[in-house]
Amino acid sequence: MQNLLDHVLLSRLQFAFTAMFHILWPVLTIGLSLFIVLMEAMWLKTKDEVYYRHARFWTRLFILNFAVGVVSGIPMEFQFGTNWGDFSKAGGDIFGHLLGFEATIAFMLEAAFLGVMIWGWKRVSRGMHLFATVMVAFGSSLSAFWIMSANAWMQTPAGGVFQNGQYVATSNLASIFNPDMPWAVSHMWFACLEVTTFVVGGISAWYLLANRHVSFFLKSFKIVVIGAILITPIQIYLGDGSGREVAKTQPTKLAAMEAHWETNPPGTGASWNFLAWPDKAKQENRWAISIPYGLSLITAHSPTGQVKGLRDFSVKDQPPIWLPFYAFRIMIGLGFVFFFLMLWTLWAWRRGRLKPDSVSRQKKLMLAWMAALPLSYAAMESGWVTREVGRQPWIIYGVLRTQEAASPLPAYPVASSLLILAGVYAGLFVCFLLFAWFIIHRGPEQAAT
Amino acid sequence: METYLSDIWLLIIGFFLLYYAVTDGFDLGVGILCLFSGKARERQLMMHSLTNIWHTNQTWLLIVGGMLFGAFPMFYSVLFSALYIPAVLMLLGLIFRGIAFDFSEHSRSTRFWNLNFGLGSLLATLAQGFALGGLLSGIAVKDGRFAGGVWDWVTPLTLLVTLGVLVGYLMLGANYLIMKTEGDLQKRCFRQSFGFSAGTLILSVSVYFSINLLYPHAGHKWISPPELYYVIVAPLLSGLGFFMVFRSLYKRRERAPLIWNAVTVVLGFVGLSVSLYPQMIPHLVSPLTVEQAAASPSTLIFMLVVTGLLLPVILLYTTYTYRVFRGKVTEEGYG
Repeated sequence: MQNLLDHVLLSRLQFAFTAMFHILWPVLTIGLSLFIVLMEAMWLKTKDEVYYRHARFWTRLFILNFAVGVVSGIPMEFQFGTNWGDFSKAGGDIFGHLLGFEATIAFMLEAAFLGVMIWGWKRVSRGMHLFATVMVAFGSSLSAFWIMSANAWMQTPAGGVFQNGQYVATSNLASIFNPDMPWAVSHMWFACLEVTTFVVGGISAWYLLANRHVSFFLKSFKIVVIGAILITPIQIYLGDGSGREVAKTQPTKLAAMEAHWETNPPGTGASWNFLAWPDKAKQENRWAISIPYGLSLITAHSPTGQVKGLRDFSVKDQPPIWLPFYAFRIMIGLGFVFFFLMLWTLWAWRRGRLKPDSVSRQKKLMLAWMAALPLSYAAMESGWVTREVGRQPWIIYGVLRTQEAASPLPAYPVASSLLILAGVYAGLFVCFLLFAWFIIHRGPEQAAT
Repeated sequence: METYLSDIWLLIIGFFLLYYAVTDGFDLGVGILCLFSGKARERQLMMHSLTNIWHTNQTWLLIVGGMLFGAFPMFYSVLFSALYIPAVLMLLGLIFRGIAFDFSEHSRSTRFWNLNFGLGSLLATLAQGFALGGLLSGIAVKDGRFAGGVWDWVTPLTLLVTLGVLVGYLMLGANYLIMKTEGDLQKRCFRQSFGFSAGTLILSVSVYFSINLLYPHAGHKWISPPELYYVIVAPLLSGLGFFMVFRSLYKRRERAPLIWNAVTVVLGFVGLSVSLYPQMIPHLVSPLTVEQAAASPSTLIFMLVVTGLLLPVILLYTTYTYRVFRGKVTEEGYG
C-alpha cells in the first residue's frame, strides 16, 4: 500500500480533475455558439431587434464561459507530454496528429473569428459578423470532432500495428474513423446541444419565474423547448447505440457498466441489474435488483442475446465496477428525466400555460427547468466517468495499460501541480459563478438603437 | 521524399514556433510592461491593445504543441517529461493572464486583474525561458525516454537564456506598443525599446557563443569550410536586422521596429538551429536526432497534405482578422 499515492495515481487524479473541470466549458461553447448563430440569422432574416438583443445578451455569457474553457484547455494538451510521456511515445503516431489537427483546423478558426464575433460589431457588416459567428460555431464543433476521434481511438484503436512499444500508423483514415468514433462524436455533440438547451432554458426560466423581461425570455425558452423536443430523444437513441458499440468492441467495459459477471449460456437471457452491490473480490454481486432478459434485450435487441460477463476475463483485465456501474445509472436516469421534462413542458404549452401573462405562475415547471441546468452537466460528467473508468486498466484499450503510460517522474512534482491546479480552478469557478451572476442579474440591454 | 520528411516537419514546426514567439512574445512583453506602468488608464490601454488578438496569438502555442506531438511524438514525450516544472509554471502563467482579459470587464477592481495580467505574463515568460534553457542545456535521454531529474533544467545556461527571453519579449512588447499607441506612452516605448534592443543583442550573442562552446559538434562547424558558410549566414543577417531596429527607432518609425524585430527573432532562431542540427535534443552523451524522434512516414505525409492545404487558409483568415482591428488602440476598446 506504499504506492497509494505514486506518480501514476497522482497523474490519473490530475488528469481526471483537470479534464472533468475543462469539459464543463466547451460543451456550452459549442452549443451556445450555435444558439447565437441562430439568433443572428433570425435577426438578419426577420429584422426583429429582439433577436439581436438575444445575440448580444447570450454572447456576454458565451465570452465568460469561453474564457474559462480556453485557460483550462491549454493544460490538457500539454499533460499528455508532462504526465503521460510513455503514452505519448507509444500512441503519439496516431493520437498526436489528431490533437495537432484539432489545434490547427479547429482552434485557430475559432480563435481568429472570435475576435470579430465579440469586438467586431462596429467594424464589420452584419453579414460578415454572422459569418464570423458561424465560423466560431463551426470551429468549436470541429474541435469536438477531433478530440472525440482521438478519445475514441483510445477506446477502439485502429489503423496501425503495435510493435516495439509503439503504435505505428498504417492507415491514418482508419484511425480517425475508428469503430467508436461515429458514436463518440455524435453522442458528445448532442450532449453539448442538450446541456445548452438546459442552460438557456434554465436561465430563461429564472427570469420567467422572477417576472423579469418575460416576453424576451419566453422567446428563448420556447426556442430551446422546440430544440429539446428533438434533442432529448435523439440523445437517448445515440446513447443506446454507443452502448451496443461498447458491447461489441469493449466487452469488459460493458460488463462493468452493468455489473454483469457471468456470460449467459445459449438459449438463456442475461438480466439487467437495476441496482447492485458488486464485489470484485468474490467476482459476483452481493445482491442485485434485476430485470430478467433485460441486458440481452438492451445490448443485442434479442431476449437471449449473449452478453459476455466479467468472469470471462482475468481479474487484471477487469475495470473498477462501482464507478462505471453507478455513473452509468446516473447518466441514463437523467437522460430519461430530461425526456419527461420535455413531455411535461409540451403538455403545459399545449394547455396554453406558456403565455406572457401566465407563465410566471408555472412555478414547478420553471423550477424543474432551473434544476435541469446543473443536472445536465451532471449527466454529461457521469457519462465521461463511465467511459473513461470503464476503459481501465487500459489507456489504449487492449494495447497499453495505464500503469505503463506515465512519465518517469517522482511523485512530489505531480502532487504539487495537482494541488496548485485544484486551488486555481476553484478560484476560476467561483469567479465564473460570480461574474455570470452579475451578467444575469443585470439582464439584457433595453431595446434601443 | 521520405528521407526529407522529418526535416520538412522540423521546418514547419520551426515556422509555427517562430510565429508564436513573435506574436505571443509581444503579447507577453506588453503584459510585463504593464507591471511598470503607474497609471490605471495606461494599463487598461495596454490590455485593450491586445484584447482581440491575444487569443489568436496564443493558439499558435497549441498548434506548436499539437503538431510537435503529431510529428515528433518521442521528442514531445521526452521534452515535456523533462520540463515538467517549467511547463506547469507556464500553464499557470497563461491561466492568470488569459483570464484577466475577460474577468476585468466584469470586476470593479481592474487593478487586481491588471496585476494578474502582468504577473501571469511574467511567469509565462520566465517559464518559457526555463524551458528553452533546459532544452538547450541538454536533456538526459535513454532508450527514447527521459532519464534525468525534474530539476535538470536549472543550469547557468538556463539563467542566461531566460534573461534573453525576458528582455527579448520586452523588446517585442515595446515595439508593438509603439505601433499601437500614441503620445506619452509611445514616447516612453521608443526610449525603452533602445535599451531592450541593446540588451537582447548582447544576450543573444552570449547565448550563441555559449552553445557553440558547449557543443563540440556545433562549434566544429565554424572551422570546417563548407559548413562554415551555412552557420555564418543567419548570424550576419540577424546583426543587420538589429541594426535596422536601432535605425528605425532612431527615425521614430511606428511599424518598422516591430517588423525588424520579428526578423531578428527569426534569424536568431535559425542561426541557433543550424548550429545544433541534426540533434533534436542537444546532448553530449546520447543525442536524440531529428529522424529518430519523428512519427511514421504515413503520419508525416498525411499531416503534410492536411497542413499544406490548410496553412494558406489559416494565414489568410488570421491576416483578415488582424486587418479588422488595425490602427491605434483607443480607451473604449472596440465594443
